[in-house]
Amino acid sequence: MKNAVFIYSPEQLGYKFSESHPFNHKRLLLTIDLLKEINALSDEDIVPARIATDEEIALGHDKKYIDIVKKAGHGLLTPEQCENYGIGTEDTPIFSNMHEASALLVGSTLTAVDYVMQGKSHHALNLGGGLHHGFFGRASGFCIYNDSTVAIRYMQKKYNARVLYIDTDAHHGDGVQWAFYDDPNVCTLSIHETGRYLFPGTGNVTERGNGQGYGTSFNFPLDAFTEDESFLEIYEQAMKEVFEYFKPDVVITQNGADAHYFDPLTHLYGTMKIYQEIPRLAHKLAHEYCDGKWIAVGGGGYDIWRVVPRAWSFIWTEMNDLPLPTGQLPTNWLEKYQAESPVPFIPTWEDPVTLYEPIPRKLEIKEKNAQMLTKALHIIRSEKR
Amino acid sequence: MMIIEEIMNRDIHTLGPSNTVKDAIKIMREKKIRHIPIVDEEEKIVGIITAHDLKNILPSTIKDDLNLTTYETTLENIMVKNPLIGHPLDFIEEVALTLYESKISCLPIVSGGRLVGIVTTTDLLYTYIELTGANKPSSKIDIRVTDKPGILSDITEIFKKHHANVLSVLVYPSADCKKNKIVSVRVQVINPLSIIEDLRKEGFDVLWPNLPGVDGP
Repeated sequence: MKNAVFIYSPEQLGYKFSESHPFNHKRLLLTIDLLKEINALSDEDIVPARIATDEEIALGHDKKYIDIVKKAGHGLLTPEQCENYGIGTEDTPIFSNMHEASALLVGSTLTAVDYVMQGKSHHALNLGGGLHHGFFGRASGFCIYNDSTVAIRYMQKKYNARVLYIDTDAHHGDGVQWAFYDDPNVCTLSIHETGRYLFPGTGNVTERGNGQGYGTSFNFPLDAFTEDESFLEIYEQAMKEVFEYFKPDVVITQNGADAHYFDPLTHLYGTMKIYQEIPRLAHKLAHEYCDGKWIAVGGGGYDIWRVVPRAWSFIWTEMNDLPLPTGQLPTNWLEKYQAESPVPFIPTWEDPVTLYEPIPRKLEIKEKNAQMLTKALHIIRSEKR
Repeated sequence: MMIIEEIMNRDIHTLGPSNTVKDAIKIMREKKIRHIPIVDEEEKIVGIITAHDLKNILPSTIKDDLNLTTYETTLENIMVKNPLIGHPLDFIEEVALTLYESKISCLPIVSGGRLVGIVTTTDLLYTYIELTGANKPSSKIDIRVTDKPGILSDITEIFKKHHANVLSVLVYPSADCKKNKIVSVRVQVINPLSIIEDLRKEGFDVLWPNLPGVDGP
């Protein structure tokens, strides 16, 4: 069995709103090139993506909405006609063939699922996926179809699996959470910047699931300016306790890379350290609890030059048990893209120690996050007693 | 404008003046409530019992001189008689003020001489959560403005230019200076950067997450 497969087709780059839009899948190309330069990725590792069928997409979306997306992408609707479906907005503008491009991202995640669930590979990575804000009948926050929601339903239906969804994007994984809010056989865990200011505003610790699904939604809202140490403290504790509590058959992780100091949309002040650690623990726990069954998808990440390629490379090297890349980035890669990048690259895998000025009230933020963790894990801990 | 009948509990658990402390404890435990209106045969409110009142009269659980007769006391002896009441058409903010000023935690709602509902501080808190929370995916932008006519229109013009759907607007006094107000806008976008940029271009002071303790609103 292969250790891991990398799902990718150049057509994934067709999910593109405009040249200036912050969501830019050029990051996929940058990451692949970087991994190839360090000989971590070869063409044999890459599995082409497929387009999800309408029936598959309908596992997570309203048929009427799918129809609207199709028509919008074929120039048959005005932005006003799409407004109620969350498309044609400044966030999620209409683009040519938007249904086909979105269906491909869903199909890519389904391919990843099939490789893992059919035992062809322990792990699978689809960096084109992770569009966690997509709702049943509405696009939201750059996301048209929610590939994770569809993939989880697909795993339930086709493989009768008990699924744990982990979301470390800086934004709350609202679309996936609400899709499975009543479902006791899917557990969602999201760590994100507090919704006090940041989109989507939800993801409070008190959102724990509903009815039969009560106790299978976990939220860890972090304060702005959280930084690495507190982020990882919360992440590690949350992961360990939720894995042990839920005992999943398979884990799917959403790896938004937008919690970094450089990210223009968020304020968590993370560095590369968190992106080294996030896949490491997910990998370890997937082996401990799920016989290794781990599907990873991408997500947010809006500094596509300095942050995302490095951050996402670590997922792939971790999946393949390769040593953590350190030191200088390959010169070829830096030279190839520096002219195009609007910002100077960080030339090393690690961030410089003095990336930003020290944060005042660091200890209080850490303390506040720790209190939040206790509240969020209350259900698990009180059950154990 | 929200009125009380939109948020009041209509499923009310009541007792009569001749019911006992034991009955009241049972209902409070079973229904997980803290207030029981006491009504007569015509459903007219004659008193109210709170969990706090009961705790005051019951014997301590950590001493063993259990005086069991307390449990048989009838409620007419301990209830608060002729409590403050409200009307279904009362405004929510009036009721909030009543509870705050009278230092009480619940208001029975009476119409046509009959008890028709009950409102507690918990219900008012929920209303607050709904007013300030994110009922739909959205970002929040706080703007510090000079308190003068027309300023809100200048702000909303910018949101309109970006076709950004505004879900809620709160305006409240700024803590730093009486001449200033904070306008807190919840807007249905994930990327507020272009809006913030335009607000700043127009000279607005956008308080996009402040470093804690450095430049708080």
